[in-house]
Amino acid sequence: MAILIDRNTRVICQGITGGAGLFHSGQMKEYGSNLVGGVTPKKGGTSVLGDVPVFNTVTEAVDATNADASVIFVPARFAKDAILEAVDGGIELVVCITEGIPVLDMITVKDAIKSTGARLIGPNCPGIITAEQCKIGIMPGYIHKAGSIGVISRSGTLTYEAVDQLTANGLGETTCIGIGGDPVPGTGFIDLLELFNADPDTKGVVMIGEIGGTAEEEAAEWVATNMTKPVSAFIAGQTAPPGKRMGHAGAIISGGKGTASEKIAALERAGIPVARTPSHIGSAMATALAS
Amino acid sequence: MKIHEYQAKQILQQYGVPTPRGGLARTVDEAEQAARDLGGDIWVVKAQIHAGGRGKGGGVKLARSLAEVRQYAEQILGMQLVTHQTGPAGTRVQKVYIEEGCDIARELYLGMVLDRQTGQLCMMASSEGGTSIEEVAATNPDAIHKVWFSPGVGFSAFQGRKLAYALGVEGAAVRSFVSFAAGLYRVYTEKDASLAEINPLVVTGAGDVIALDCKLSFDGNALYRQPDIVELRDLDEEDPSEVEASTYELNYIKLDGNIGCLVNGAGLAMATMDTLQHYGGEPANFLDVGGSATAERVSAAFRILLKDQVHAIMVNIFGGIMKCDTIADGVITAVQDVGLEGVPLIVRLAGTNMARGKALLAESGLPIRTAESLAEAAEISVAEARKYAAQKHA
Repeated sequence: MAILIDRNTRVICQGITGGAGLFHSGQMKEYGSNLVGGVTPKKGGTSVLGDVPVFNTVTEAVDATNADASVIFVPARFAKDAILEAVDGGIELVVCITEGIPVLDMITVKDAIKSTGARLIGPNCPGIITAEQCKIGIMPGYIHKAGSIGVISRSGTLTYEAVDQLTANGLGETTCIGIGGDPVPGTGFIDLLELFNADPDTKGVVMIGEIGGTAEEEAAEWVATNMTKPVSAFIAGQTAPPGKRMGHAGAIISGGKGTASEKIAALERAGIPVARTPSHIGSAMATALAS
Repeated sequence: MKIHEYQAKQILQQYGVPTPRGGLARTVDEAEQAARDLGGDIWVVKAQIHAGGRGKGGGVKLARSLAEVRQYAEQILGMQLVTHQTGPAGTRVQKVYIEEGCDIARELYLGMVLDRQTGQLCMMASSEGGTSIEEVAATNPDAIHKVWFSPGVGFSAFQGRKLAYALGVEGAAVRSFVSFAAGLYRVYTEKDASLAEINPLVVTGAGDVIALDCKLSFDGNALYRQPDIVELRDLDEEDPSEVEASTYELNYIKLDGNIGCLVNGAGLAMATMDTLQHYGGEPANFLDVGGSATAERVSAAFRILLKDQVHAIMVNIFGGIMKCDTIADGVITAVQDVGLEGVPLIVRLAGTNMARGKALLAESGLPIRTAESLAEAAEISVAEARKYAAQKHA
């Protein structure tokens, strides 16, 4: 089961002939993802990675392959157009890896796709993976092991750290989603918590947040009233100074809001155990499961 | 990206948003000349630095004669201006802005920002001009009025009226306020701003609405399509180490501690700082080397950290697509190139090709300590930093 993607998901890559797009398409295919095509304007009719056909437009790709998911690797200045094209082409799950998209572009995209039924993961994210079935993104596949924990994270490498521990202590994962480090993400914590709550294979969820915004506080409130499964959390940026953008565009304490301590307090009020260091993410989940 | 008040006001003027007239000065003579050119008998001498809170720090003075303009320009130019946003060392003032005085009937606040909760732009207004919006939000949240913008629709005049009447603006000033708000919306959306604050916004005795102060910041991700905004960057206002780091595409922020950190990924970099603090250490910086830590970039990072006079350096890498042996090579080359001058180096590698990476570090014969987990690496780094500091003082 897991959520959103599995071995039957039919994936295309927008920007498949670029350096990052081609490399990661190869990695996804190697992991076992069902990569059915790619899109690069003017390269239609060619193929890459042996037998993966390239199309000029998403619509052509969907017509020919019945793709239902797309992963986007195009440069930031073209990303808005690429997301809109994917949704227009009928793609249900759009995963945007691209970092550095202007905020005003994302405000427009989010508004334009809200009534279409399409789901956007990212941007500025590592992607989504259902362990041992399908990887759509740039995460190292081999650290994931099929199991019972769902992971939702605003970070990239910090997520790998968490997954590595879940795998090491034998829990394993169902689906792991990087929702991205931007201030306007396509999908937030609550949408995914809802899906994990309904997924029979998922026994618990790890949430990895960071400073900036109030998404973790809102998720904590949602968990307190709706979640039937144990949730544990980690919040990065307890030592971050206010007013400085900590790498991710969305990781900034502004106007005294979005601090780690406020988020940790809100999570704990909702009964969610919060790991004090990333080295304790795995054990915090184990504790949450046992209680 | 931040800009100065005088630059922000020039942008407002391009969009027909009223501001007082003013002139920039780098010397006392220029300040007097600017005041003469403006005419009148009252001027404001304003320090131009990127931080807010300039008035409280003594960086804004009202002058009632040309002699006073000279006197205040003399005081402010070259001073280390300390505000709640500069840190205790303050920022050296290199420019002052001389502005004509104005007839203030009311002081209001108008700001614009992304509302992350709704994913929409939001305009905020408050009748408590001159006070920071955070303070008003904490003490009198009912005094803040907000309107939101759908990107397909943009600014509508009724939204401006809604704010104006909520603030008790009356008569001819309502129309001026709406046109002011419309102009500010255009500035924000056409210039890819990330923050706009007019504090105070002044209603004059004659019913005009003008921006007495103005703060604009811009979305760094959108600068590629805003070449005229890029021109306004003032490197004097930025930390030299941060500027150097940016030329190597390193995401670096200087902090107050003594343990240098080098990490791949922003979230993991923050978590590394947090872990150091958890074990009693203080991080000297945030540093994300990004997805491709080449030897050249690792060397550049080490040089920047050593310039900060750190007592230990902790490298924390979770290799994903990036391989640990590649990182290890980069670290070894960097240590040989830069030389650590006795500063302890602690390296934690995990993920892809971890074993090969560790073997390379061990075979190098360099004084590099390795650790299995992030927690262990942090504990060792804290202990090593203490030892190093004690030796240095002995």
